[in-house]
Amino acid sequence: MTTIAATGRRRATLPASTVLIAKRAVLSFLRTPQLVVLGTVQLVGILVTFRYVFGGAFGTSQGLPYVDFAVPGFIAAGVPFTLIGTAVVMAEDLHTGFIDRLRSLPFPSAAVLAGRVLADSVVLTWSLAIATAVGFAIGFRLHGSILQGLAAFGLCLVFGLAFSWVFMTLGLLAGNGQAAQGLAMLIFPLTFGSSAYVPVETMPGWLRAFAENQPITSMADAVRALALGGHAQDFLGHSAAYYVIRSLMWSAGIMIVFFALAVACFRRR
Amino acid sequence: MADLTIEARGLIKRFGKKTALDGLDLAVEPGQVVAVLGPNGAGKTTFVRSVATLLRLDSGELRVAGIDVRREPEAVRRVIGLAGQYASVEPAMTGRENLEMVARLYGQPARTARANATRVLERFGLAGDADRLARTYSGGMRRKLDLGASLVSTPRLLLLDEPTTGLDPRARIELWDAIDGLVEHGTDVLLTTQYLEEAERLAGHIVIIDHGRVVASGPPAQLKRRVGGNVLEVHVRDRADLAKVAASLARPGHAEPQVDEATCVVSVGAGDQAGIGGLIAGLRAIDDAGVELADISVRQPKLEEVFLALTGQESAGQARVRATK
Repeated sequence: MTTIAATGRRRATLPASTVLIAKRAVLSFLRTPQLVVLGTVQLVGILVTFRYVFGGAFGTSQGLPYVDFAVPGFIAAGVPFTLIGTAVVMAEDLHTGFIDRLRSLPFPSAAVLAGRVLADSVVLTWSLAIATAVGFAIGFRLHGSILQGLAAFGLCLVFGLAFSWVFMTLGLLAGNGQAAQGLAMLIFPLTFGSSAYVPVETMPGWLRAFAENQPITSMADAVRALALGGHAQDFLGHSAAYYVIRSLMWSAGIMIVFFALAVACFRRR
Repeated sequence: MADLTIEARGLIKRFGKKTALDGLDLAVEPGQVVAVLGPNGAGKTTFVRSVATLLRLDSGELRVAGIDVRREPEAVRRVIGLAGQYASVEPAMTGRENLEMVARLYGQPARTARANATRVLERFGLAGDADRLARTYSGGMRRKLDLGASLVSTPRLLLLDEPTTGLDPRARIELWDAIDGLVEHGTDVLLTTQYLEEAERLAGHIVIIDHGRVVASGPPAQLKRRVGGNVLEVHVRDRADLAKVAASLARPGHAEPQVDEATCVVSVGAGDQAGIGGLIAGLRAIDDAGVELADISVRQPKLEEVFLALTGQESAGQARVRATK
């Protein structure tokens, strides 16, 4: 009886339970070699392909060497790609009853979502670091300061926060892993119809109208502008601050909408 | 007097147009294993989920160990454990890590969590595999780990939703053994199952749910008496006589005789005194017709027959009434 009394009054706090949930998610990523190795190989492969296969055809873009144009865009657009797994895991957790188990425990259930976001940030930091390292290895150089480079990195983490909520929502809506994977593929037209890999000026009018007014473009532009630093105005037409603010507004908007949706989907269960 | 383990009054839960719980009433005394039976879609899982605080009821009153589920869900979560038909453990963590995580989420400090994880691993014979990733476990081991995760705390009520679905017979028996003895350790059990033998093996109290209501509740022996006493089994030598025997034993107002072609057996519930008279008359007619019998026996009804009589068969009976009108 004493054990019941002793554990009865205690309660896992929101931060403590968030860390516990996040730890599980990060471990499950790190201990699944397919995710870590394949993810990294894929990343390196795509970057190298763009740099050396397509790069030759493009020559320069907006007056920039293609490698300096594409690497920042690639990194920004890589953020949602890295987090697709969140939708799948979330849907699987619902399907297998893992979330039911968690919700039947006496800790604040907000930690289930918060822990996921925290884990996403950890995984994203890891894969952004690799992408950046590969970028430098294939010839990408910062034109601005180191501080601006770090700001670009931080900005990508902010985008990650926004997309974390998007993919959690999709996962909660999908019902099973395969459906979640399918829904998450909606990110493809969004990334390819953006300024991430090629300048929007090269696109036909209707696609360009779409590309110029969607979040991935604004995020790719912001990272690119920070990498260019003081030269952003010369190459892109506006100062780095302009692009950064625009991308932060997109991020905030996405976060607010999908935070509300994810919480609503989670509560409904 | 101790609080009832579960006290449900007039539970109603609708999903869109579908009514999953339709005024369910149930009182479960402490100190026992209760099995909830019912056809698919009868509301078993919805009921378990509402006890587990996982869904909001449309109306009704539900108390677990005296605690109102709607008003104090978190206090309820402190006294329950939940394990499901899918083993909800993290495959990329070891058995020990899984248990420690759940113990920490119950609010236990690290040292207590570790001690409780070790205690559970030893109790379920998983100590040797404690530090292997759960993804390397067999289905049965995973299910035991899942069950164990609910027992790192000392819940007053353990909810098991189809605990052995999909397990092979040996793993099933091992899990039954694990569930045995929980009550002695102060944990009551509410389980749903599709296997009647499982209910009979584990539970001292059986609740049959149909269309979102409790249609019968009590110890297995009492439920069996409810469907009309013992069952007469007539074993014929010649398969061709089965239909004749079944017709002779049929009595208006009683359950129809069941014919098993494979074993050449006709079985029929004895029913009340008038029913027994009818059976004797039927047997005499069979004898007069010169049917050769291999054996006659009287046995207790099986839980399966109780279940069919109280759920499926009831609607078949109503259909017959409609057809004759």
